[in-house]
Amino acid sequence: MPVPKKEKKDSFESSLKRLEQIVETLERGEVPLEEALSMYEEGIQLSKQCVEKLTRAELKLKTFLKEVDGTFKLQNDEPPE
Amino acid sequence: MTATALSQSHVYSVSEITRLIRGTLENQFSDVRIQGEISNFKQHTSGHVYFTIKDESAQIAAVLWRSRTTSIQFTPQDGMKVVAFGRITVYETRGIYQLDVRQLQPVGIGELQLAFEQLKENLMKEGLFDASHKKPLPKYPKTIGIITSPTGAAIRDMVNIIGRRFPPVELIIAPVQVQGYGAAQEIAQALRDLNSYGGIDVIIVGRGGGSLEDLWAFNEEIVARAIYESAIPVVSAVGHEVDTSISDFVADLRAPTPSAAAELIVPNRLDLLDILRNSCYTMTQRLREGVESERNRVRYLIESYSFNQPRDLVRQYSQRVDEADRRMRNVLRHRFEVLHGKAEELQKRMESVNPEQILRRGYVIVYRGDTVVSSARRISVRDLVRMKFHDGVVRSRVEAKETDAGA
Repeated sequence: MPVPKKEKKDSFESSLKRLEQIVETLERGEVPLEEALSMYEEGIQLSKQCVEKLTRAELKLKTFLKEVDGTFKLQNDEPPE
Repeated sequence: MTATALSQSHVYSVSEITRLIRGTLENQFSDVRIQGEISNFKQHTSGHVYFTIKDESAQIAAVLWRSRTTSIQFTPQDGMKVVAFGRITVYETRGIYQLDVRQLQPVGIGELQLAFEQLKENLMKEGLFDASHKKPLPKYPKTIGIITSPTGAAIRDMVNIIGRRFPPVELIIAPVQVQGYGAAQEIAQALRDLNSYGGIDVIIVGRGGGSLEDLWAFNEEIVARAIYESAIPVVSAVGHEVDTSISDFVADLRAPTPSAAAELIVPNRLDLLDILRNSCYTMTQRLREGVESERNRVRYLIESYSFNQPRDLVRQYSQRVDEADRRMRNVLRHRFEVLHGKAEELQKRMESVNPEQILRRGYVIVYRGDTVVSSARRISVRDLVRMKFHDGVVRSRVEAKETDAGA
């Protein structure tokens, strides 16, 4: 059964992709100053978000359990010994 | 039961004679080892396992009680050659003799090897190892499933490495037996269950190092098929660096060890932080260049401006400079730690360029005739000059002049 691909809008990956776009556009230098300014703002903001995610995030651990009736359950975890 | 001498004259009941037979057999064959091929292998819902051991011309019924299955190191299958240890007894109700199995072993490493080669060839012919079937792994997984033993070094190492390299992920651990009786079934089921559950970007299935028998579950057909059928990409990480298990062949990616899998599956955040730092630097440089050229353009306009022009036009140009300055200030007002004061530096330079600000600080623009004079060398004693302050104009005649050395 194929798993549907979720559209994760503010995922790390999409942020990086957008940032890449902005850097490329600014590097080409064909944008008027007004537009360059707003792209710059967006780019710095994305960058800040990504840095936050990488430096502040903590690993989430869950154990996958199957109940007697066949349903699935996730249980929060301590890191294994 | 002790063996009793058979009486030729006594008429035995069926139960009596059966019991005597049982006693005799249990005594005589209390501890035997039998080699043969497994067939009619069946596990009942009770958990007890029934099969026959046979050779070319005879067979013997065998039973493996559920409690004893835990001491078996592999999953027996029809066709396997084994050595069975146990005691011969009689199942009185049915009047059959059978082997009460205490321990079961494949005949030798050779047998396991052979089974491995055979299965490998069959599955390869079927196309389970085809490169075209392998799925790419996501570059930045958000949810990772790990099917492994909940204790031991393998899971510990994987959690540590992923936690160090790329913390913004969720690890879902599906605990299973990784060796012994029923392990293959548990692993296969976990693969199916994680697929049913959904929302998982990639799965690692594996275990730490061990002998061929220890790793055997990862060579079993049921695991291979579950990996093949998984819609979620699977990384196989089975202990040995050197040996390749069948799981390794079927999986979308093979990792030599569980630790290696952890490194393959997520990027290193240090690398990413570098990329982010570089991106910020590049963007700032480009923007600075853009602001600089705009600033130069405006300054040129101001400096080339004659005082004979109507005041309105002067005011217009001043206002345009202010506009540009304001826009740039807006951007620079957002101070981001990443830029470490470069923004402040840029702002100061902006301020120093705004003519209005310069005048307010006490500077004047000096005119002689129609032209702006920006060098003392261009002025001679007795020249009539006009000095524009921020709030008015002063005319004066030059009395004396000093220029810096080298004038």
